[in-house]
Amino acid sequence: MKYIDEYRDKNLVLKILQEIKNISKTKVSFMEVCGGHTMAIQKFGIPSLLPPTIELLSGPGCPVCVSSRKYIDKAIAYSRLEEVIITTYGDLIRVPGSSSNLDKEKAKGGDIKIVYSSLDALQIARENPNKKVIFLGIGFETTSPGSALAVLKAYEENLNNFFLFSSHKLMPPAMSAIIDEKVKINGYIAPGHVSTITGTGIYEDIPKKFGLSCVVSGFEPVDLLQSIYMLVRQVEEKSPKVEIQYKRAVKPEGNLKAQKLLNEIFETSDEWWRGLGILKNSGLKLREKYKNHDAELNIHVEVEATREDKACICGEILKGLKKPKDCKLFAKACTPIDPVGACMVSHEGSCAAYYRYNRD
Amino acid sequence: MCLSIPAKVISINGNTALVSTGGAEYQANLDLIDNVKIGDYILLHTGLAIEKLSEEEALETLKVFEDFKELNDLLDQEEKQTGKRIV
Amino acid sequence: MKTDKILLGHGSGGQLSNELINKVFIKHFSNKTLDILSDACILKINQSHIAFTSDSFVVDPIFFLGGNIGKLAICGTVNDIAVSGAKPLYLSTAFIIEEGFSISKLEEIVKTMAEEAKKAGIKIVTGDTKVVNKGKCDKIFINTTGIGSILEKRKHIGSGKNIKPGDKIIINGSIGDHGIAVMSARNDLKISSPVISDCACLHKLIEKSFEISENIKFMRDATRGGLASILAEIVENKQFGIEIEEENVPVKETVRGMCELLGFDPFYVANEGKFVMIVEANDAEAIVNMLRTQEFGSEAAIIGEVVDKHHGKTVINTSIGGQRILDMLSAEQLPRIC
Repeated sequence: MKYIDEYRDKNLVLKILQEIKNISKTKVSFMEVCGGHTMAIQKFGIPSLLPPTIELLSGPGCPVCVSSRKYIDKAIAYSRLEEVIITTYGDLIRVPGSSSNLDKEKAKGGDIKIVYSSLDALQIARENPNKKVIFLGIGFETTSPGSALAVLKAYEENLNNFFLFSSHKLMPPAMSAIIDEKVKINGYIAPGHVSTITGTGIYEDIPKKFGLSCVVSGFEPVDLLQSIYMLVRQVEEKSPKVEIQYKRAVKPEGNLKAQKLLNEIFETSDEWWRGLGILKNSGLKLREKYKNHDAELNIHVEVEATREDKACICGEILKGLKKPKDCKLFAKACTPIDPVGACMVSHEGSCAAYYRYNRD
Repeated sequence: MCLSIPAKVISINGNTALVSTGGAEYQANLDLIDNVKIGDYILLHTGLAIEKLSEEEALETLKVFEDFKELNDLLDQEEKQTGKRIV
Repeated sequence: MKTDKILLGHGSGGQLSNELINKVFIKHFSNKTLDILSDACILKINQSHIAFTSDSFVVDPIFFLGGNIGKLAICGTVNDIAVSGAKPLYLSTAFIIEEGFSISKLEEIVKTMAEEAKKAGIKIVTGDTKVVNKGKCDKIFINTTGIGSILEKRKHIGSGKNIKPGDKIIINGSIGDHGIAVMSARNDLKISSPVISDCACLHKLIEKSFEISENIKFMRDATRGGLASILAEIVENKQFGIEIEEENVPVKETVRGMCELLGFDPFYVANEGKFVMIVEANDAEAIVNMLRTQEFGSEAAIIGEVVDKHHGKTVINTSIGGQRILDMLSAEQLPRIC
């Protein structure tokens, strides 16, 4: 498959690994903040290939993991309303709420539909004019344009039964917060597809203000290893900067059309992140003009009080301060079939990735 | 983040394009990008094309380590001759 | 079990299914024969040994590229008997049909079943029909039982108790075809794909394998839960491990395309025409060479071996030289954004 197979070439991988081993002298830690990167790193067994000088940490890159339990509880409460159809990406369906999850609600008869695209949710709204269709908008800058487009089309078509329940978040505030929390890293493997949309300007502060390295990486083994090589080189040469490894998909200015759309539909809001608390201007909510499509403003529902499991340390794992194995619940009370914390549910949450690929 | 896949544009119909990846076909929405031609590769994410892939850059990425090996060999030679290594 | 309601995951063939089986069915039905939990059980009646199996088919959609629910019913049951080392002989078929279902569609399904049974050389000898009110079942469900005769020396195959480090692991072809074909036919994702279900009766392939070697230690057909779940089941609580070479596992490009798009791992996608065979190392190549000359075996390969390492675990050597653990499917794979 073009643009995939060439970047999984074993010979090229071995070549890059050799280059990394040649130049890597200092002990370094790099954090990735993208669920797709977490998965790819584990799936290809990359940690088993790197020299002992390089440690990879997994940060808050999974939008499901960093979302609050309250969001799920509210989605569940919405799903119990007779007139509501919940439309969602598959990622959310098993995320634990305080006492249930969307999968269980579906089993009880809740009208919950898994969609591949926000535009499919829009179509469901068109086909069910007597129902209120709520789309669960999660994801970072890669995915929020999809929600923006759906809202814009709903607005233009006067489709008043389509609503967005947004938990969209922005990457840069989280990346700064990690550094503020004094998590010890030498640099970031920056998210590939977020950068496709945003461009690289959003990362400028990371080397300038914090002196950390930053490389925007693709998702195949060659991409990841090449990015690690570039990060190591920056550290060894003591020249932190923002570089793009994923040049075939990322331009420095990003996707201007998508950025314009995001700016038209959304404004920033303060959002709560698991592990990081409230970060200013780290979330997206609908602008005044589009408020008629905001689920929270238009559909009233009672939500149960949020309960979190005290032993769950997802917060610290998301910051890279602890590893999944450090959690008392890991692989015992908290497993993929019976998750306690979001890090275990989400397919590419640290704990799930660890459990599947690397239990010892 | 995340799950986006390179797909080839097979045909264009207004603001959607039939794209294909490994034989799977989908009508992708083109509202987020401009100037798409048949034969282009796009990044498909949740039903939308979020960027056009640059073939030129793709080949460059793969070539970099060919170049680097040559440079390294050159530096090895230099080191043997002068006893010094620049980088 | 942390839920008091049945979830779809309980039928997926992975961990949840196993939990339900152990905590509800085995808990009350337990006996020496049942507890082995092989696809087909081996019974001794007078002096003969018989393989006996039961299965139900509820697939949606009922028609897909490469077959329909009826074909699945015949092949699935024949295969359960065949992988236990037995020769499939007789099937029963019971139908539960929703009021309003099209009779011509029913006939199409039944016709397929007759053709498949004839091709397989087995007879459908008894059956049942029930009709339920509209909405009480999804179009049509089929339940089957199958009977086969088995040589005493092959009784051990279903339990796998003779598996030893050094044994090789064979699969008769590419993985993930059936699950992707069914997913594409569902069409609510609006992704179209040319993938055809691999649904097929495998007993003739297996019979030919016995002609080459009696050192077949274990067989199972890889259905729901995918290849990964079978491998994880084989090693669970055992004093050996399994190592798989990812590069040797055949996956069709069209299946890969759909998996990449939806974020699925082909190792966990369902199959209906694939068996995993564990055989003495010396005989593995000969069996694979033979399989490759046969219908339904053209992409056969040795994909790994049983090892005296990482007991109880299946490890994959990835295509780039890394390593990862292959677990049992924990819950149904769903299309994801991350």
